[in-house]
Amino acid sequence: MNGTPYTTVIGLEVHVQLKTRTKLFCRCSTAFGAAPNTQTCPVCIGLPGSLPVMNRQAYVLALKTALALHCDIPACTKWDRKNYFYPDLPKGYQISQFDLPMSRDGYLDIGDPQGRFPDRRVRILRAHLEEDAGKSMHDEVAGRADSRIDLNRAGTPLLEIVTHPDLRSPEETKAYLTELKLLLSYIDVSDCNMQEGSLRVDANVNLHLPSPSGTIATPIVEIKNMNSFRAVERALAFEAARQYQVWQETGRKLGDVPKQTRGWDDQAQVTRAQRHKEESSDYRYFPDPDLVPVRVTPAEIDAARAALGELPAALRDRLVTTYALDRYDADVLVNQGRPLVDYFEQVAAQCQDPKRASNWIQQDVLRTLNERGIGIAEFAVAPPVLAELLRMVGSGTLDTMRGRQVLQQMVDTGSDLATAIAALGITEMSDEALVTLCRELLAANPKIVADVKNGKQQALGALIGQARKRNPNADPTRVRKVCAELIEEM
Amino acid sequence: MSLIELTAAQLRDGLAAGRFSAQEITQSLLERIERVDRSVGAFLRMSPDAALAQAAASDQRRAAGRCLSPLDGIPVALKDVLCTAGEPTTCSSRMLANFVPPYDATVVRKLREAGLVLLGKTNLDEFAMGNSTENAALGTTRNPWDARRVPGGSSGGSAAAVAARMVPWAIGTDTGGSIRQPAAFCGTVGLKPTYGRVSRFGVVAFASSLDQVGPLARTAADAALLLEVIAGPDPQDATSAPVAVEPYSRTVAEPLESLTLGVVREQFGAGLDAEVGAAVERAIGTFQALGGTIREVTLPHSGYGVATYYLIASCEASSNLARYDGAHFGYRTDEAAMGRAVADQQRQQGADAADDDGDSGLLRMYRQTRAEAFGPEVKRRIMLGTYALSAGYYEAYYLKALQVRRLIRQDFDAVFGQVDLLIGPTTPTAAYCAGEKLDDPLAMYQGDLYTATANLAGIAGLSLPCGFTRSGLPIGVQLLAPAFHESRLLRAAHHYQQRTDWHTRTPELS
Repeated sequence: MNGTPYTTVIGLEVHVQLKTRTKLFCRCSTAFGAAPNTQTCPVCIGLPGSLPVMNRQAYVLALKTALALHCDIPACTKWDRKNYFYPDLPKGYQISQFDLPMSRDGYLDIGDPQGRFPDRRVRILRAHLEEDAGKSMHDEVAGRADSRIDLNRAGTPLLEIVTHPDLRSPEETKAYLTELKLLLSYIDVSDCNMQEGSLRVDANVNLHLPSPSGTIATPIVEIKNMNSFRAVERALAFEAARQYQVWQETGRKLGDVPKQTRGWDDQAQVTRAQRHKEESSDYRYFPDPDLVPVRVTPAEIDAARAALGELPAALRDRLVTTYALDRYDADVLVNQGRPLVDYFEQVAAQCQDPKRASNWIQQDVLRTLNERGIGIAEFAVAPPVLAELLRMVGSGTLDTMRGRQVLQQMVDTGSDLATAIAALGITEMSDEALVTLCRELLAANPKIVADVKNGKQQALGALIGQARKRNPNADPTRVRKVCAELIEEM
Repeated sequence: MSLIELTAAQLRDGLAAGRFSAQEITQSLLERIERVDRSVGAFLRMSPDAALAQAAASDQRRAAGRCLSPLDGIPVALKDVLCTAGEPTTCSSRMLANFVPPYDATVVRKLREAGLVLLGKTNLDEFAMGNSTENAALGTTRNPWDARRVPGGSSGGSAAAVAARMVPWAIGTDTGGSIRQPAAFCGTVGLKPTYGRVSRFGVVAFASSLDQVGPLARTAADAALLLEVIAGPDPQDATSAPVAVEPYSRTVAEPLESLTLGVVREQFGAGLDAEVGAAVERAIGTFQALGGTIREVTLPHSGYGVATYYLIASCEASSNLARYDGAHFGYRTDEAAMGRAVADQQRQQGADAADDDGDSGLLRMYRQTRAEAFGPEVKRRIMLGTYALSAGYYEAYYLKALQVRRLIRQDFDAVFGQVDLLIGPTTPTAAYCAGEKLDDPLAMYQGDLYTATANLAGIAGLSLPCGFTRSGLPIGVQLLAPAFHESRLLRAAHHYQQRTDWHTRTPELS
């Protein structure tokens, strides 16, 4: 509760643009960024006489998502019309799903390895398909305010995923969104790009305040216009504080006022009341008579479930059990996406040292990826090469520091392991050379020799640094061993 | 015999035999239209040059032995609710007076692909809402048999054009009787196919779950020919049925099997005009003479048909017509004038009076556009449908209507377990006078009494001429068949027409 005298109660409606090649009810392209109104046809601009025909691929992607969210899938679902007037809605209704959504009653588990909030199961109320509207663009053209409509987006398939009000803080909400986005990327159903609008978040939020007569709930507010996860977090934090203040001033409870819609102003970092689009929210839903019900067989559902692959939650568990990673490490790897996990697993298997592989990937590999803004697919060092390098480090052939230099050399030059080692002048010192070096060191450091003779073995450590200075190829382990032997003989 | 008197089948044979050319046919019809359409008003628009050019192209194909189909070169008229690429498609509404679709309806494409000559677009009740063609905003159509009377509707232009020998056949649409009822009023054959038999793609929607495209013709044999061209599943219409098209033009002439015809008791009760009833009784007698067995049956829920139909059709229409808002296509109110009016109002009432939350410029534009460009009947149905779909009324009206619709369907299912076809009157009366029912919508709606239930059940229905009133007005008899049994319907009608000559009579026009 972070010391606040209230609990924040949050439910989310997330609109996910599904990654189909063509729109939900016509064959127009869904590609982002084309010139306005170039990806339209009589169907998606709602010309008289045009008829929608469902793109089954959208249903298939929605099915995958719903299954990944552990939802129930009815054998039959249907389409409904949501009627309202708005210029970006060319038919005067949106084709959506009302009382028989394609899925319902699922969940997504969230947790925080750092323990900032308890593990939580966020229940999914429903996930349903619908078509997107167009985009209104308010422009100053020829010196006067002018509104223009781009219908390229109209008819793009959206999956609306609605949670129960199970989230209790902005941090949890962000964790849910992060986990949802990760899940969607694992099953490859959406680009999840908030800037391009392929993932849109609306939040319903109110406060629960304890009172002697039971919990008091403040009026629910819907927040829109949040263009990043960070914005969601901040908007919710702002809104919770605002509602508490309003409650203290007015004492208004849930039911006292109609549900309000507020928009997040990212510049000003405040939510503002929005003018209602239409006076009433009576959308007069009814079944779309132009479309037929969608049917799915148990066999199709089973096949879709089987094709899901390993989902993030299961993958984290497996990394912990199979590789003995701790929960935090598993989390970091899995949250980077499946390709990085695959990379890790190959390296871990080949070097036989999962912990070392995990550390190196989390520190050295991820740092490089971040610095260069690339993905693991573009990373110059292939898993077998990193595995070989880690084996050399593990066996002592290379010390950790030299190992890092070698990795950096391969990343910088794209060279193979042997070349990188050679380029850094790394060769194994012969026994004679090492003994000669150690004799010189001992001769130059009588104090250390004396300390060791008096039983202070740790004094040898200072010699290692000096050895490396004289010859970088001096292996610290061997230097320590040879020096100890020579002192013994003295 | 003049070319205008020939049926489509006769034109087909004559073209094949080289007795006349497609251009001669089109020319004859254009002359006929020129002469008589002033008093009928069947056509909203025609383009003689374009029609003649199509006919000339057809003649060239025929000469080169590359006919697109046996019907290549035969003219057809289209109800102006079917989209034609690059040509206006108005629905006889001010809203779409200048609307030019960029695409052809599937039915239109099929007609073109068969080589038919598209002669022109015919008048209709605005957006197909009505059964007298009096709700047309862009033209007035009168009954060719009596210019004081209505042709029926909503496909009144198509029926009148066929009856007046301005075209051998035409395409109409039927949502609650809009093909069969004008066919009865004008003395032609009119077929409403099974829902899903003909693609609705490119047909401007009135009520999507009820609308169906079909032929109007002088003979059942011609209707069979035209249905064969336009029927079939369409990947662009999800509600089109994946049922193979039968060779109707062949099956229509096959011997009549021993049919059992059901006579619906409820259809011979109050409200049925005596002359119409008598003519239908005689038609039933003719079918008996043809070997048919008559059986009395009952459709217990048919009395709810009109109410159920008007609820469902209006609900769907209120949504289907939402797109006519002035924003994207079609009519838009004069915004400059609207701006001046708002400014005037503001001067009189203070600055904020006209621009409060509920009355933005956008809403005002919507409201004014729709107020100006929709006719009263369209507005009535949009209001009715909007009301019936609203929260608090949905269950009592729309949902209830859906439930009754299921009962009506079940009535037909039960009856078609006992009989092959149903026979009865198409309309309660023959054509009435223009203006007679305009101020009484409910009386007008009763005109759909015998036809609307077929749309609710999705089954096939056909009206054919079976007599005339003493004052010389045609009377129609309706046959109904189970879904996808158009061939049975057409065959029965064809054999009836072999025995009778009602369909050969021509209205006197000058």
